[in-house]
Amino acid sequence: MSARTPLPRWADIVLLPLLNLALAFLVSGLVVLMVGENPLHAVQVIIYGAFGYGDGFGYTLYYATNFIFTGLAFAVAAHAGLFNIGGDGQAYVAGLGAIVIALALDQTHWLLAMPAAMIGAALVGGFWAFIPGYLQAKRGSHVVITTIMFNFIAAALMVYMINRVLKPATTMAPESATLAVGGRVPQLRQFFSFFGYSPVNLSIVVALLALVFVYVLVWHTKLGYALRTLGQNPSASRYAGMSNSRLIMIAMTISGALAGMVAINEVMGVQNRLVLDFVAGSGFVGIAVALMGRNHPVGILFAALLFGALYQGGQELQFVIPGVTREMIVVIQALVILFTGAMEGLFRPALERTFMLFSPEQKARAVSVSTAESES
Amino acid sequence: MKFNNISKAALGGVALSAVLAGAALADPAVIYDLGGKFDKSFNEAAYNGAEAWKAETGGNYLDFELQNDAQREQALRRFASQGANPIVMAGFSWNAALEAVAPEFADTNFVVIDTVVDQPNVQSIMFDEHTGSFLVGALAAMKSETGRVGFVGGMDVPLIHRFYCGYAYGARQVNPDVELTENYTGTTPAAWNDPVTAGELAKAQIDNGVDVIFAAAGGSGLGVLQAAADAGKFSIGVDSNQNYLHPGSVLTSMLKRVDNAVHTAFNEAGDDATFKPGRIDLGLADEGVDYALDEHNQDLITDEMQVQVDELKQGIIAGEIEVHDYYTDNACPL
Repeated sequence: MSARTPLPRWADIVLLPLLNLALAFLVSGLVVLMVGENPLHAVQVIIYGAFGYGDGFGYTLYYATNFIFTGLAFAVAAHAGLFNIGGDGQAYVAGLGAIVIALALDQTHWLLAMPAAMIGAALVGGFWAFIPGYLQAKRGSHVVITTIMFNFIAAALMVYMINRVLKPATTMAPESATLAVGGRVPQLRQFFSFFGYSPVNLSIVVALLALVFVYVLVWHTKLGYALRTLGQNPSASRYAGMSNSRLIMIAMTISGALAGMVAINEVMGVQNRLVLDFVAGSGFVGIAVALMGRNHPVGILFAALLFGALYQGGQELQFVIPGVTREMIVVIQALVILFTGAMEGLFRPALERTFMLFSPEQKARAVSVSTAESES
Repeated sequence: MKFNNISKAALGGVALSAVLAGAALADPAVIYDLGGKFDKSFNEAAYNGAEAWKAETGGNYLDFELQNDAQREQALRRFASQGANPIVMAGFSWNAALEAVAPEFADTNFVVIDTVVDQPNVQSIMFDEHTGSFLVGALAAMKSETGRVGFVGGMDVPLIHRFYCGYAYGARQVNPDVELTENYTGTTPAAWNDPVTAGELAKAQIDNGVDVIFAAAGGSGLGVLQAAADAGKFSIGVDSNQNYLHPGSVLTSMLKRVDNAVHTAFNEAGDDATFKPGRIDLGLADEGVDYALDEHNQDLITDEMQVQVDELKQGIIAGEIEVHDYYTDNACPL
């Protein structure tokens, strides 16, 4: 088989994801059909639920906020060639940094409490990712293994901290004390009544700034160049005089700090307290978001919106069509992740051949390739 | 009442009319907690109560399974503006959501199980897990030949500590020298449905000489019951009557009648005439909690044991025996 011509850029970043998405929805439609519901109606409900009214759109944005943070966290590490699967755990422990500072400052003003808690969450989340980074850099322990193990350590640590340290006596639920108004991030609904009761809050502005930050960091700074060099070819970066071990630790720390921002959205923006398992798997969704968004901030923004819409629309589906259970919605979300993340190359060979046929200067080569294939 | 709810929905700006046109009004609703409807335990008990009500009255009810904490308020508003009444919630994490939503829907009646929310239209149902566990702890200590009794909890959360604390007090009441072993299946919600790990913990306890194990672990508890049956030891079930699972090995079950609570709520809380807002404690006296005795375990519990445990039960009901409640101080001083 001869080398293929790469796809035009627009086809790679727009057409291919759309095709994958279409296939995912097609298969999901079959699943919906199998339980005896109308797939078209289901799609209509999902789209209406996610974008059709203020509350629903607000929830979509709220989920997207989390996914932007975790998607960026994954992307920064991925540019350095590291597969950080521990975004969930990093966001979870970052809740500690956020709640401790927010509780301490909740008698002041959110303008003080929010930035302070952001630093706290970034430090704790960054530290939680730094350890696997250190182990990878200095001891060669693979970061995939260590970060996933750290998710479990994070869960154990947080259960201990919430139940035995942060929980006020006489509270039955495993949760910290509730933040006073000064420790809460303002809700967008306070400015735009359009959003109804939805929990989308100013953290989404932080998420948008984080997108810009990552873009500048990765493509317009020396550090970003070094990280990408490491990711493309560790031997080259080492030959160029960069310290690979230092870069690995820096990349993981930035990644963890970005994941830690989820804690700001959840702890200070939505729950106003630290609850068990507040991350609710968004660390793992972030991986799919980053893969689908090609590790680029613009792609991550749209992929995060898509997954936010799936979460909120799926919830709507459960209300409107009682035959669709919680597990079915997980199946649909999983199919989207499967086709856009794990099997994103499914259409690539066919699409590349198609494009070769439609491009005049490549047509001749494509024909000769297929002739050679049929002859061999 | 119905009209109030409808107008509230309109005033609230919840423009759902297009999708909700088919929804029936004043059906009761139940919202399950994160464990999911079929968790073989707490949520499933709530589901069974709702199904029993449906079978009995032929009525229809709405239900919803949460996927994350952010959906709590959303689900409550959704059902309330849809006109569901009463809305029953299972789980200990409802305080913040219900305190926000209950005042917005003054004409809707809410019933929450396992936590207390102080609002004029909320009924809070609490179960005395500690006294029920006390009785099975006493039975465990009576049955144990080695003087060692074990406890396998689900997730390491305050509610399960409350079970343990009552169990420990009950065992100590019968045998002050009894040795207690306390294990938890895990620290994530997966711990409610991990019978393999729970079974391994039970085996480890049995290897250390424990011969009666109380499983307060939701679906994971089935692993404990199995491990005890395999080893020829005794186990104690939880929530619903699990005596039938391994007759001759399941010593008894600590009953927590969430199903009855949901059933009663569906019958009574929808009507303001029969709705009783405020805190309701269901304990031994109201048979909200109890130990199970049926044909599957009557050979395991001798007449002596039964007399003794019923004495303890009467003592608790009469207030002569004080059982420490973990919720009061987050501690279990033995």
